[in-house]
Amino acid sequence: MSENIIELIKENVIQGRITRDDEGIEEDMAGQPGVTELVEEALASGIDVSEIINKGLTASMQAVGQKFETGEYFIPDMLASAEAVGTAMEILKPHLEKSGVKPKGKILMATVKGDLHDIGKNIVSILLRGAGYMVKDIGNNLDTKDIVKAVREEKPDYLGLSALLTSTMVSMEDIIKALEESGLRDKVKIIIGGAPVSEEYAREIGADGYGADGFHGVSVIETMNGIN
Amino acid sequence: MPREGILIEKPLERLSPKQVQQIHDASIDILNDPGLLCFNENAAEIFQGSGAVVSKVSGSNTPCWHIKIPGKLVSSALKSAPSTVTLGARNPENTIIMKGDEPRVFFITGSETNIWLDVDFPTYASKTDPNKETKIPEFKPRRGTVADLCDSAHVCEHLEMVDGYIRTVNIQDNDIDVDNKDVNKYFASLNNTTKHVMSGLTNLKQLDNVVKMAEIIAGGRDNLKKNPLTSFITCLVKSPLQFVDDTTETFMEVCKRGLPIVVSSSPQAGTSAPIKEAGIIAQINAEVLAGITLGQLVNKGTPVLYGTVPVRARMDTLGDSYGSVETSQYNIDCAQMARFYNLPNYSTSGVCDTKIPGQQSSIERLFSNVLVTLSGPQFLHCAFGLLDCNSVFCLLQAVLDDAHFKMIKFFLKSPGINEQELETVKKQIRDVVATPQKMFINYIRSVMRTGEISPPYPFEGEGDSDDVFALASQRLQELRDKPVEHIDKATTARIFREIPGLLPRLNIYEGKQ
Repeated sequence: MSENIIELIKENVIQGRITRDDEGIEEDMAGQPGVTELVEEALASGIDVSEIINKGLTASMQAVGQKFETGEYFIPDMLASAEAVGTAMEILKPHLEKSGVKPKGKILMATVKGDLHDIGKNIVSILLRGAGYMVKDIGNNLDTKDIVKAVREEKPDYLGLSALLTSTMVSMEDIIKALEESGLRDKVKIIIGGAPVSEEYAREIGADGYGADGFHGVSVIETMNGIN
Repeated sequence: MPREGILIEKPLERLSPKQVQQIHDASIDILNDPGLLCFNENAAEIFQGSGAVVSKVSGSNTPCWHIKIPGKLVSSALKSAPSTVTLGARNPENTIIMKGDEPRVFFITGSETNIWLDVDFPTYASKTDPNKETKIPEFKPRRGTVADLCDSAHVCEHLEMVDGYIRTVNIQDNDIDVDNKDVNKYFASLNNTTKHVMSGLTNLKQLDNVVKMAEIIAGGRDNLKKNPLTSFITCLVKSPLQFVDDTTETFMEVCKRGLPIVVSSSPQAGTSAPIKEAGIIAQINAEVLAGITLGQLVNKGTPVLYGTVPVRARMDTLGDSYGSVETSQYNIDCAQMARFYNLPNYSTSGVCDTKIPGQQSSIERLFSNVLVTLSGPQFLHCAFGLLDCNSVFCLLQAVLDDAHFKMIKFFLKSPGINEQELETVKKQIRDVVATPQKMFINYIRSVMRTGEISPPYPFEGEGDSDDVFALASQRLQELRDKPVEHIDKATTARIFREIPGLLPRLNIYEGKQ
C-alpha cells in the first residue's frame, strides 16, 4: 500500500501534476489523483514523512534531472515537477518537526526596489522549493528597509536578490550595506541573479554568490549548503 | 498520399494584374518582332506548318530560320498544356502533383555542378597559446564522380525537405563518356532515391535507353505514363530568343514520348537580356512561351513546366550573380507569370555567389529561399547545396539548407486564430493572471511535444562556440549511415541486361549472392 502511494507520488512528480485536474505529459492522466491528493492520502495512511520526501519527492526529482540531462525533458517540465514538489513540501511542512526531518534551509526571495520584473525570481523560487528548501517570496519592487526587516524577522539562511534592469541592480549593493549596518550581514548568505548582473558584480558588491540562471542558482546554494 | 510541399496561402507577388497583362502583351509582341532565330530545321518546319511566319536566314554559317510566332498560336498552346503536372516516383508516396493555379512549393535539388566540395576539420593550435586547439572546417573542391552522385542521392533521400531529385553533380569519371553518361547518371540517381528524378540529357541517342530504364523500374510503358518517375530538363532557347539545334531536337523527342519536361530559359540581365526588370521578364516569358508552343505543336497535351532561371550579371565579371537581390525579384515575377498561365513554375532559389559555405552563403541563400518560396512557384530547384553560382555542390550545405527550409515551412503554418482558440486563450490568461506567480509555463507543456513550437536551431553549439559545420557534418554522417531502398535485385539484373553502357560497379548486387 505504502509503496504503491509512494510510487504514484513519484510518477506524478515526474509528470508534473500538482492536482487531479492537471494534465501530465502522458495522455489521459487528468482526473487521476495528483501530487496534492496523493501526499494527503499518504499522510492519512500514516506513511512516514521522511519516506514521502526521500523515496517519493527527492527520488523523483533525481529522475526528472536525468530526463533533462538526456534532452527528454525541457525547462517547463523541470519547473512543473519542481512546483509539484514545492506544493508537496507545503503540505508536509506542519509535519516536518514532528517527524524529525530538517528542511535543507530557509531562503528569502526578493526583487529589488524599482523592479517589477519577477519572472526570474519566481522560477528560482519554484526550483528551490522543488529542491527541498523552505522558500519565502517577499515580493518585488521592495524598499531596502523592507528587505532588511524581513531578514531580521524571518532569519533566513539565504537571501536571493533579483533585478532585471541596469538601473535597479545598484540597489543590491545598498541592501548589502544596510544589512551590514544592521548587524545581519554575517547571519545570511546573499545570492544575486538577473540579466544585468554577473559573478564579477557579485564580488564587487560583496554578495556571496551569483546564479547565472535558475538551475545555476540552485546549484550555488546547494554548494554553499555542502550538498554538491 | 503524394508529397504535400507547402501551400502558400498568401503568395508574395510583385506585379499588379495590370503589369502581368502588360508583360504578357510585351512578350507576344517580342515573339512577333523581333521573333526568334531557330537553328533546328524540324522545329522551323513545325512552326511553318502551324501558321508561324518562317523565313530562312541567308548568309548564316549554320542553317538558321527566322520565326515570328503569332499570339493565337501561343494562346492555343497555353490551352492544351496541362495545368496539372504529376511527377511520379519509385515510392508513390513521393509523387509530386503540381497545379498551375495553386501557389504551392516543392523543394528540389540540382542543378548539375562540375565541382564536388568535401569538408574536413583539421585541428589548429594557437600561436600565442599552443595548448589552445581548435577545429576549423576546410573545404576541398574536386571533380564530381558517379560515386558522389550516388552519395548525394542517398543523402537527399533522407533530407526531409527534399521533395525531388535533380542530379547535383556532373559525373566525370574516366570511364564515363558522352555515350554512357545519361544511363549512368539516371541509374545512379534512381537507384539511390525513391523520390522523383529529373535530369537534362547529354546525348539524344540515349533518350530511349533512359526511357526504357524508367519503364523497367515503373513496370512497363503504361505504368510509366501513370507514374512518370523520371522527367527531363531542356534549355532549348538560348537567350536572347534563339532555338538551339540539339536541345530543341531533344526537347521535341521527349515531347513525343509524353514524359514531363521543363521548358527552361536562363537569360542573364545585362548581357543576354535587358538589365531592367521589365525587359528580362518580358524576354524570358517570350522565350518560355515559344518553347511551350513548340512542345504543344509536337505533342498536344504534353506536360510541361514553365521553366525560368533568370539571373542578373555581376558588374565586376559579367558572370552570373545568383546571390543578387534582383535575381530573387525576377524569380518571384516569373512565378506570378506562370500562375497567370495556369502552369507550374520551375523556379530557382538558394544559389549563392560565394564559393564555400559560410556567412555570405547563408545570407544569400536564405534571402532567396525565403522570398522565392513565398511566391509559391510549385517547383523550386537549385535549393540544396549549391555554391559559386551553380558550379559547386556541397552535401554539408545541403544538410544546412534542409534545416533552414524546415524553419521556412514552420513559418508558413496557418495562424490558427479562431473563435474556439481565442476562448481557450482568454480563459488561460484569466487563470494565470489570478495566480501569484503569473506564469504561463504550465501551458507550454501540452503543446511542447505536438510540433506546435518551433524547435531550436539544430546545429547550435555549446556555450559561445560556433559548431554549426561540425554538427551538420555529424548529421550528414548519420544520414549516410541510414540505408536506402535500392531497386530490387531482379529489376537491377534486367536493367543491366537490357540497358547498354551501365558501369558494373553501380550494380550493388554484383559479387553478392
